[in-house]
Amino acid sequence: MKNSPVLEVDDIGVSFAGHRVLDGVSFEVRKGEFTGLIGSNGVGKTTLLRIILGLQRPDSGEIRVQGAPLSRRSHAFGYVPQKVVLDPDVPMRARDLVALGLDAHRLGFGRRSKEQRDLVDKMLHDVDAEHFADSRVGSLSGGEQQRVLIAHALISRPPLLLLDEPLANLDPKSVQEIVALLHRVARAHDVAILLSAHEMNALLPVMDRIVYVTAGRAASGTTEEVVRSDVLSKLYGHHVDVLKLHGRVLVVAEPGAEIDDIPDHPTLTVS
Amino acid sequence: MGFLFEPGFFSSGPVHTAAAIGTVTAIVSAVVGVFTVVRSQSFAGHALTDVATAGGSGAFFLGLSPLVGFLGGGVIGAGAMDLIGVQRVRSRDLATGVVLGAATGLAALFLYLDTTKSATTGATQQILFGSLFTIDPSTVPVVVVLSLATLVVIGVIHRPLLLTSVSAELASARGISVRTIGLLFMLALAVAVGLSSVAIGSILSTALLIGPPATALRTTRTVRHAMLGACALGIATTLLGILLAYDSFYWDSSAPIPVSFFIVALSFLSYLASGLPIVRRRVGRREAP
Repeated sequence: MKNSPVLEVDDIGVSFAGHRVLDGVSFEVRKGEFTGLIGSNGVGKTTLLRIILGLQRPDSGEIRVQGAPLSRRSHAFGYVPQKVVLDPDVPMRARDLVALGLDAHRLGFGRRSKEQRDLVDKMLHDVDAEHFADSRVGSLSGGEQQRVLIAHALISRPPLLLLDEPLANLDPKSVQEIVALLHRVARAHDVAILLSAHEMNALLPVMDRIVYVTAGRAASGTTEEVVRSDVLSKLYGHHVDVLKLHGRVLVVAEPGAEIDDIPDHPTLTVS
Repeated sequence: MGFLFEPGFFSSGPVHTAAAIGTVTAIVSAVVGVFTVVRSQSFAGHALTDVATAGGSGAFFLGLSPLVGFLGGGVIGAGAMDLIGVQRVRSRDLATGVVLGAATGLAALFLYLDTTKSATTGATQQILFGSLFTIDPSTVPVVVVLSLATLVVIGVIHRPLLLTSVSAELASARGISVRTIGLLFMLALAVAVGLSSVAIGSILSTALLIGPPATALRTTRTVRHAMLGACALGIATTLLGILLAYDSFYWDSSAPIPVSFFIVALSFLSYLASGLPIVRRRVGRREAP
C-alpha cells in the first residue's frame, strides 16, 4: 500500500543526566515519502535516529516498523551516520564499501556472485559514483563519500533510509546535488527517506513531510501544516514569525526571545 | 648460488623446522596484522607481545613450553583489554596501557626468577628475541593447527570484521555485534602474537605483525590484495632472514647473527621502500579514477 506507514514513532521520551532531551515525540514516515527531521544542533535528532535504529532505548514510548514493534535491532533500515571517518590509508575502494552494505552481516567464506557484483555496479551508477568506484573511499571528497555511503545504505533495498545530517559540511553545490540525488533514488527505489538537518530550505523542493524538533518536542505534517507561525510559536513556547521570501522560509523570533535553537535564524539563511 | 646457500642449508633439520614455523607464523601474522593496522590497534598488538613475554617467561620458570605461556598470556591479556574497554576508541589507549604496564612488571619478575632461581640462563634471550633454530620439531603440528584455527576464525568473520574496522557505527546499524566481533579479533590477535613470539621473540613479534601488513596496505588496491601481499612479504622476509642467519655462522662462527634481527630489519626496509616516490607514483597511477 503506497501510503502505509513504514515507521511509527509514538510518544518517545528520553532523558540524559536529568535533562529531558525528547519529550512525547510522535510522527509517522510513510512508504516512498521524503521526510525532513529539522532542528538545530543538540535538540536530539541524532538521539531520535539512534532510538529508531534500536541502538538506544527510550525511557518511554514505542517504535513500530511496518506495523510491528521494534523489539530489538530491526536492521530494516539503511543508515548514513553523521560522521564517518574513512581512512585514506586503508585500501578500500568505493565499490568495496558499497558491497559490504549487501553482505557485511554474513559470516563465512565465498566470493560475491556475478549478480551481487552487478548490483553493486548498478547502485554506484544510480548515485553517479561509477567514475570513482575504484578509488580509495577515504581519499574521496565529502560529497563523493556521501554518495558512496548512500549506495552502501540502499543496496540492501531497505524500506526506509535514515540519514543523519548528510548535508553538514558540504558546499552549497554539493548540498543541491545530494538532495536531488536522494529525491531521485528514493523515487527509483521506492524507499522512504528520513533525513535530519538543521536547515530546511535546501529540502523544501523535495520534502513531502517535515518533523520539526525543538526543545525536546516535535510537530509533524506537511511543510504547509507545520511551518506556520501558530504551530511553531506553540512548539517554541513563545511567538515566532514565519516569513517566506523567494521560495525560502525564515523563522524569526520576537525581539528578546531566545533564538539560539531556531534552525532558520535569518542571519544564517538570508543571502 | 653457492655464495648464497652455505653448506648443509637445505639438509639441516633445524632449518626445516624454522622454515615451517616461520612460514606458518608469517601467514597468520600477515592476515591478522592487516586488520590490526586497519583497526588502528597496533599499540594493542604491541602490548599483547609484552603480555606474551610475561606468559612465556612464566612458563619457562614453571618448566612448561614457552608456546603455552605465550598463548596463555596473550589470551588472558586480550580478555583483560576487552574488559577494560579496548573496543571503545576513547578508552583504547587506557585499556592497552594498563594491561601493558601490569604485564611488563610480571615479565620483569619472571625473567629475573628465570635467570636467578632456575638453570635456564638462556631464557631471556629465547623469550625476548626468539630462537627459530632451536625449536623442538614436535612444536610444528601444534603451531600449524593453531594457525589454521586462527585463519578459519578470521575467514568466517572477515566481512563483519572489515565493516566494524572501517566504521563501528555503520556496522552497528546493520545489526552486527561490534563487541563480539572485536573480542573474537582480539583473541585471534593474541594467538598470532603468541605464534610470532615463538618465531622471533616476543619483543620483536610486533615487527612481523605490523611490518608486512603496513607495507602491503600502502601498495595494494584492496584489503584482500593487502592480505595476500602481506603473506607473500612476510614469508619472503622470514625465509630470507633464516637464510641470512644461517649464512652468518659462516661469516663469523663465533658471533652468528640472530634470525630475528634479519626478519625485523628486512621488514623495516621493505616498509621504507614502499614509501619511495617511485612506488607511491605507481600505486597512485593504479588507483586514479
